[in-house]
Amino acid sequence: MPDYKRPKSLMPMATSYCPGCMHALATRLVADVIGELDQVNNAINVVSVGCSALNLYTWAGDVIGSAHGRAPAVATGLKRCLPDRLVFTYQGDGDLAAIGLAEIMSAANRGENFTVIFANNQTYGMTGGQMAPTTLIGQKTTTTIYGRDPETTGYPLQMCELISVLKAPVFVARYALNSPKGVADAKKGIRKAFELQMAGKGFTFIELLTNCPTNWGMTPLQTLEYMNTNTIPYFKPGIYKDKEGEA
Amino acid sequence: MEKRFMKGCEAIAEAAVRGGCRFFAGYPITPQNEIPEYLSWRLPEVGGAFVQGESEVASINMVYGASASGKRAMTSSSGPGISLKAEGISYLASAQLPAVIVNVSRGGPGLGSIQPAQSDYLQATKALGHGGFRAMVFAPATLQEAVDVMYDAWEYAERDRGPVLVLMDGCLGAIMEEVTLPPMKEVNFNNTKDWCLARVDGREESHMITPILPEPALEMLNKFKGMTYKGWEMNDVKVEEYLIDDAEYVVVAYGIAARVAKEAVNTLRAEGIKIGMIRPITLYPFPKMSLDGLDYDKVKGIIDIEMTIPTQMRDDIELQVKGRCPVYEYGRSGGMLLDDEGVLSAIKEFIKEGE
Repeated sequence: MPDYKRPKSLMPMATSYCPGCMHALATRLVADVIGELDQVNNAINVVSVGCSALNLYTWAGDVIGSAHGRAPAVATGLKRCLPDRLVFTYQGDGDLAAIGLAEIMSAANRGENFTVIFANNQTYGMTGGQMAPTTLIGQKTTTTIYGRDPETTGYPLQMCELISVLKAPVFVARYALNSPKGVADAKKGIRKAFELQMAGKGFTFIELLTNCPTNWGMTPLQTLEYMNTNTIPYFKPGIYKDKEGEA
Repeated sequence: MEKRFMKGCEAIAEAAVRGGCRFFAGYPITPQNEIPEYLSWRLPEVGGAFVQGESEVASINMVYGASASGKRAMTSSSGPGISLKAEGISYLASAQLPAVIVNVSRGGPGLGSIQPAQSDYLQATKALGHGGFRAMVFAPATLQEAVDVMYDAWEYAERDRGPVLVLMDGCLGAIMEEVTLPPMKEVNFNNTKDWCLARVDGREESHMITPILPEPALEMLNKFKGMTYKGWEMNDVKVEEYLIDDAEYVVVAYGIAARVAKEAVNTLRAEGIKIGMIRPITLYPFPKMSLDGLDYDKVKGIIDIEMTIPTQMRDDIELQVKGRCPVYEYGRSGGMLLDDEGVLSAIKEFIKEGE
């Protein structure tokens, strides 16, 4: 029987995410898996900067805030000193794929034994909807008011594709949270990543395609369809690397 | 106690290990490379961890994460790298995490030069990062003093929960001297320090370490830290006062500059000139009392000698002298070293001017 109660890793309070924001769903999935794996008192959430930082106020387990983009470096220091703890970063796309690109690629390349939960909503939500490294071509943001132009801003960064070519990572996968199946698959992926970490296998990377009704200028329901027609065709869900599965 | 003939960078690395350091992250930069090189093999010997970071930015943030575990963590670099670490040092201050940072400084600004200099005084004492925090800054002048400072650096960092800076220069990093190494400290990391994430035993509640706070809480923290800094001035100043009782001229110098200046003071004393020296060992807290308390009926001039141009400690000196006598300055810069002849003739010039 599935457990529909509030997971122990979340405070008994409302999140401060906007209505319809999938950050709440993503956080809930992570907390659910941590509860199911009996890791509530063993997990450490390394929070980043952006909307993901709101985790600081609603996460009930051990949590540490870090500088913009540096969560993988903070997690590296933490996990090296506390190898028995379940350590994960929770990062958005501006944090992970722009300012923190060096930290994420280097931690992945070293095969650090922690998990990265990467919420990709293609915008800087906290600062008001500027272009992110993952913003889609033609997508309008407050710094690309006519739509993202690849001539001057390049192309959306596909992090699963980038990280999966490295030798060290053991599990790299992308899921879209705009359908019940996507949510169910994501939860399985998160669980697999945490189990691999607990077995000491190495670096695991879970990308979750999320939305931003506020800065996309859509109703939550409209974002679900937008993701089907725009986000998912470019950021294709799937397992990009599964070292243990291949072996 | 164990005596060894050691190179500066290696001596402080060993002193760090003996002081309880169990994590190091850093990025190569001259003239401090022997610190990470030494710790890369030494830390694993004592159950510690060494990470060569992808940058100084990443390295200081690794230290931030490691410190949150309750283990003693450090990084080292030189001026250009310390600038990059400024972000993480400010976060350590905000999240109230202890850590030790070593700056083996070189010529600046910019990429500057790789030769020794004392060009990071203002950065060290006034603004190691954004946001208006202070860190204790120790400036040893001999390798034995560097060893002693490193050995106890975490005691201060943990007592006041924040970053501590050890400011060396390329000369001290590179020279070899005999040092007496203190014994290995027994540090229990599985304790119940209330600030860390590692309360393994009897842990009942979760813990949050955060570099961001609600506004009233942040103001409270800053007020509390302000009182802590006042406490440092009262209790933690370290200074060497050399021949100042009857001095008519007082040299102020720290680190390697103080060693050169002391030679000059001794030479001039032999010539019958009443000259002494104040050597700050803590640059922050600055030894205000030593300068404020001089007998200005006797003192005809203060001479600031630093291996940087323009000198940077001068403002702190003048705030204590309060116009009661002239303040002179002499320095070399850009990686050009102070030498006995230059310092001696500069001091003689100032004395001639003062008479």
